[in-house]
Amino acid sequence: MKEELVEKYFRPGRLPHLWCPGCGHGIITGAIVQAIDQEGWSKDDVAIISGIGCSSRASGYLDFNTANTLHGRALPIASGLKMANPKLHVIVVSGDGDCTAIGGNHLIHAARRNIDLTLVVFNNSIYGMTGGQYSPMTPVGSKATTAPYMTIEEDFDLPSLAQAAGATYTARATTYHTQLLIDVIKKGMEHKGFSLIEAVSACPTNFGRQNKMGAPALMMDWQRQHGVPLAAWNKMTEEQRAGKFPIGVLSERTDRKEYTEAYDEVIARAQAAL
Amino acid sequence: MGKVLLMQGNSAVVEGAISAGVRFYGGYPITPSTEIAEGMAKRLPEVGGKFMQTEDELAGMGAVIGASLAGVKGMTATSGPGFSLKQEMLGLACSAEIPCVVVDVQRVGPATGQPTSPSQGDVMQTRWGTHGDHWVIVVSPTSVPECFDLTRRAVELSETYRCPVILLMDEIVGHMRERIELPESYDDLPKFPRKVPSCAPEDYLAYRDVDGTKVPPMAPFGSGYRWHVSGLVHDETGFPKGTPSATRTSQDRLRTKLTDRLDDIIMTESYRMEDAEYAVISYGGAARTAYDAVDAAREQGIKVGLFRPVTIWPFAEKEIAGLSSKVKGILVHELNCGQYFLEVERAVHGKIPVTLYAKYDNESASPEEMLEEIKKMTGGAQA
Amino acid sequence: MSLKLITKRCKGCGICTFFCPKKVLVITELNKAAIAEGKENDCIKCGQCEMRCPDYAIFVEKEA
Repeated sequence: MKEELVEKYFRPGRLPHLWCPGCGHGIITGAIVQAIDQEGWSKDDVAIISGIGCSSRASGYLDFNTANTLHGRALPIASGLKMANPKLHVIVVSGDGDCTAIGGNHLIHAARRNIDLTLVVFNNSIYGMTGGQYSPMTPVGSKATTAPYMTIEEDFDLPSLAQAAGATYTARATTYHTQLLIDVIKKGMEHKGFSLIEAVSACPTNFGRQNKMGAPALMMDWQRQHGVPLAAWNKMTEEQRAGKFPIGVLSERTDRKEYTEAYDEVIARAQAAL
Repeated sequence: MGKVLLMQGNSAVVEGAISAGVRFYGGYPITPSTEIAEGMAKRLPEVGGKFMQTEDELAGMGAVIGASLAGVKGMTATSGPGFSLKQEMLGLACSAEIPCVVVDVQRVGPATGQPTSPSQGDVMQTRWGTHGDHWVIVVSPTSVPECFDLTRRAVELSETYRCPVILLMDEIVGHMRERIELPESYDDLPKFPRKVPSCAPEDYLAYRDVDGTKVPPMAPFGSGYRWHVSGLVHDETGFPKGTPSATRTSQDRLRTKLTDRLDDIIMTESYRMEDAEYAVISYGGAARTAYDAVDAAREQGIKVGLFRPVTIWPFAEKEIAGLSSKVKGILVHELNCGQYFLEVERAVHGKIPVTLYAKYDNESASPEEMLEEIKKMTGGAQA
Repeated sequence: MSLKLITKRCKGCGICTFFCPKKVLVITELNKAAIAEGKENDCIKCGQCEMRCPDYAIFVEKEA
């Protein structure tokens, strides 16, 4: 990210951030900032609402209307904010545990409503802040402090989950594929409706170490090797796909009404009946 | 000039909220509060407001907090099981100082309890429900007209003190239908605007006491004042700061912004207390029995009156301690096993006998039953 | 030289050194990214280090 963007969008005096050496969350936060900058939005018109966890610390660094709320609860708070002021561009920052475990119910219902929020899930495959417990997105067969004999639970395919729940835009990118990450976040921001972007991050401290992933750069190189652009993914056999995941815009649809706009119609109907 | 209606308490809450400028509701259906959600779903869009039926109780409260951040007054309503679920969010509203109104129409508990029967078993939960030291305002109506007035007052208090306010109802008051006179139009009623900053955005600190009230001005998101909300212990900038000194400073302000203003916050009613030698203390739906029982006792020459706390928390410490030097005995009547009673005992500090008439069998007391309890207290004393 | 390093922010994670195609960067004994001796003029300004630095500690400077 360009230095002038750091100066423009980060709150003065708050860097260096608290994330560990090699943590990908700084890259994702930077990608959000670059996407906002490309939109040309005023800082006053943007809100960043986060839950709790490593990812959710991102809100405090950024010079917008920001809230670091409760574990799993960013989406309901963001939904109320968006309803109250639909002109705000509301971006929700969450982690894999925050979003898919404790906040899972809120996720599927925000997606179902198709409310115009842009949700960026920082997926580092682990609960980092509490020291390395497995999340619903820890790959099955991984080690975690709460799975010393390896996890036995299958992990979520988050974009598919969101699609099934009704999200009208889903995408995935990694911190290695930085330019793609910026692009898919930007498209999600432009999309009218609920957008989910899974940003594959790395937690060298609490996931990498337990699973012998090597240095942070090697974890990022793992992303390069395992993230497959959608066009290539579509041509791969099931055997070739094993252990890999598609990246890019994974779904986009425009046939469902956005929630705040649909509610404007409720207001019109109620007032017509007076 | 107004219109006279026969109205349920829950519906009066809806009208009170609309009249006070509440323009957002988030919530989940639960007996015996559901009519509030239904009423808000109908009324809010009529006045340009918005209603969300959320996926759960937590989300309802969360959406209200989100709306309040945008400067829109929000309310949610629930009953015991849902109130338990809202506690986490209530803590965020206390810590981050986000005005909102939470209605708890109490039913019998714990757990599913008895959804359609009255209880006042949540009294201590309203005070201590969320984790950590915190201070809240709780007000409790006794009649349908008071449901309207106290909903308005709850909105005013939450906006004035930048804190969540709990409207503590019970199944009796929520479902009872009673005569109420409402204004033809709400246009002229006060709407309790929130205090917003007057400084330049670059000088704004979201948690700085700028006028000695200890209640910082709150800028709506999107108004050009960019600030940070956090449930972590924070200093006046709003950013996390967990030093012992910052923690103490924050806790002290959150407490004393309310305790400095008890004269404004604490509302009580005294009924036939002028020459009373004994007092009944009762609140909410339970107090309805007390009016009749006091009248019946007076007819028999017993000098008893009713002291009704309208504000349940903060506790009317000064008023109840004062009562103990005025009367010879106090009977506390509530629809639980004795919760407010504990606080009354503490305030009276053994100066006079304090007895409990607890009713916790799914039914409210009858005036006759209560008269017997009054007689036990007075020892059949006649004037 | 076209690289600006903000040492205070650098946590020495090594992502920049790994992905630098010209091996211009090294991690010093103090656990900070630095320009390798003798590589001062090798930077091709590809921007990979700037793009992937999680700590906003390295920038490709525009030529004066």
